[in-house]
Amino acid sequence: MLRIRNLRCGYGNLEVVHGASLHVERGEIVGLIGANGAGKTSLLNAIMGLLPPREGSIELDGVSIARQPVWHGVAHSLVLVPEGRQLFSAMTVADNLLMGGYRNPDRDQAIAQALDRFPRLRERWRQPAGTLSGGEQQMLAIARALVARPRLLLLDEPSMGLAPLMVKEVFEVIAELRRKGVTVFLVEQNAMAAFGVTDRVYVLETGDIVMEGRPDDLLHNPEVKRAYLGKGFRNVWE
Amino acid sequence: MSQALQYAFSGVTMGAIYAVVAIGFNLVYSTTGILNFAQGEFVMLGGMIAVTYSRFMPLPVAIAAAVATTAAVAALIEAGFIRRLKRHTLLHMIIVTIGLSIVIREAALLIWDEKVRSLPFFTGTESSSVRVFGAAISPQTLWVLGTVFAIVAVLHVFFRFSLKGKAMRACSANPQAAMLCGINTSNMRTLTFAVSGALGALAGCVISPMTMSQYDMGTSLAIKGFAAAMLGGLGNPMAGVAGGLIVGLAEAFSVSVLPAAYKDAVAFALLLCALFVKPHGLFPERGSIAREA
Ligand SMILES: Nc1ncnc2c1ncn2[C@@H]1O[C@H](COP(=O)(O)OP(=O)(O)OP(=O)(O)O)[C@@H](O)[C@H]1O
Ligand SMILES: [Mg+2]
Repeated sequence: MLRIRNLRCGYGNLEVVHGASLHVERGEIVGLIGANGAGKTSLLNAIMGLLPPREGSIELDGVSIARQPVWHGVAHSLVLVPEGRQLFSAMTVADNLLMGGYRNPDRDQAIAQALDRFPRLRERWRQPAGTLSGGEQQMLAIARALVARPRLLLLDEPSMGLAPLMVKEVFEVIAELRRKGVTVFLVEQNAMAAFGVTDRVYVLETGDIVMEGRPDDLLHNPEVKRAYLGKGFRNVWE
Repeated sequence: MSQALQYAFSGVTMGAIYAVVAIGFNLVYSTTGILNFAQGEFVMLGGMIAVTYSRFMPLPVAIAAAVATTAAVAALIEAGFIRRLKRHTLLHMIIVTIGLSIVIREAALLIWDEKVRSLPFFTGTESSSVRVFGAAISPQTLWVLGTVFAIVAVLHVFFRFSLKGKAMRACSANPQAAMLCGINTSNMRTLTFAVSGALGALAGCVISPMTMSQYDMGTSLAIKGFAAAMLGGLGNPMAGVAGGLIVGLAEAFSVSVLPAAYKDAVAFALLLCALFVKPHGLFPERGSIAREA
């Protein structure tokens, strides 16, 4: 569904992704883990068209989408939940969801479904998004993306800054998306949590994809253990 | 008393026009980050084009067509020129738009020469007037106030209730997030220019019977509209209305204490005072139009 070949991108003289290749197949949930500054957000922004690639190709369903305007991807059901949520904080929850459905003619129905999934948002309907709690804001960010009816959903660190219970909720939502047939590309620093829902995982290190594998295999890879899982991970996992 | 009332009416009338220019400034600033000093030229264009059109068609049609034409010119300026400028700073764009206003003014001089023109009074004539508490007001004043009120009301409804209006607020609040929602932000910028062109042109038409239209009327309107926008708080469209009325009234009443020649300086004096006392305007932007008009 999504195929990236030899992608390079960066800012000014600085190149932050040095020839990454990866693919995501229809119905899959694929993870991308990497340390701070590895270039994960830059990679997602390049896919969306926010950051123009310098080299390489990005294809959605076999059609090149590199250098396309961002709205074009959204119109083709490629949707990103950006890092840091990026809500319209002065606008109401209702209007944030409406904006999420800007390109979706069935937005009313999609909003109703999103509200069924996140009943908290219904209670906060007329409240400015900026006044929601961090967890509620993340829910709204995900709901806003879902209102666009994504076929391929990109998530940039959806668990960042959330309490364990909220993290669990976020990953439940991702698991549900699989059942609905939505393809997901998930960027996470919380590798443990990512391993729980993904079919395959890529590891990005300072702009290079250095590893790819099934979560089970990566889990036992000493490199991955050392770099991304930390000492205490066994206790958590077992 | 009736003298004061007379000043007040003329102040409110001019103030309403400054308010429209200020709204244009704020609209464009909040969605594009550009201070468009060609804003006053839209008022001039609206009046001049309508005068020309009115020779061939009935007045209401001529006005509508002039508004549409000016909106198209404004949209073209954005889509054909401003959009193509890469990486601009605020100061760059101020210089660019001042340059644009000079070009528009010179073009107007070529098309219409220096002659002062005006549209006929919408109702009644120059000499007909309505008496309010002893002050004589021209019916055209009511047209101006009514039109500006309608503009403000329509904008309010547009931003508050329509999908496009909300999308415009989204663009101003967070352009990147707006793109990620599928909003075509470049088109939104063009639309904002078109809307501010249309508003300016409409103001130019309703004011034309009272103050006349001339090719070089835009500059002082731009500056006073800017003063009004700054007074109200840059980026907050409706606050521009308050700013406009303050500038208009101050100007009108200044005539009673200062020689009339200083009238134009009043707006600047007011602007400078305001910037010293309240640098962010009386109603600071707080998220600009995103905050809700
Ligand atoms: N707008 C920008 N201008 C210049 N450099 C940038 C910009 N955005 C990111 N960078 C740089 O690019 C590199 C990769 O950043 P990126 O945000 O893609 O990393 P990341 O993997 O998402 O990190 P994190 O996990 O902290 O979100 C960093 O060194 C960062 O400083
Ligand atoms: Mg990041």
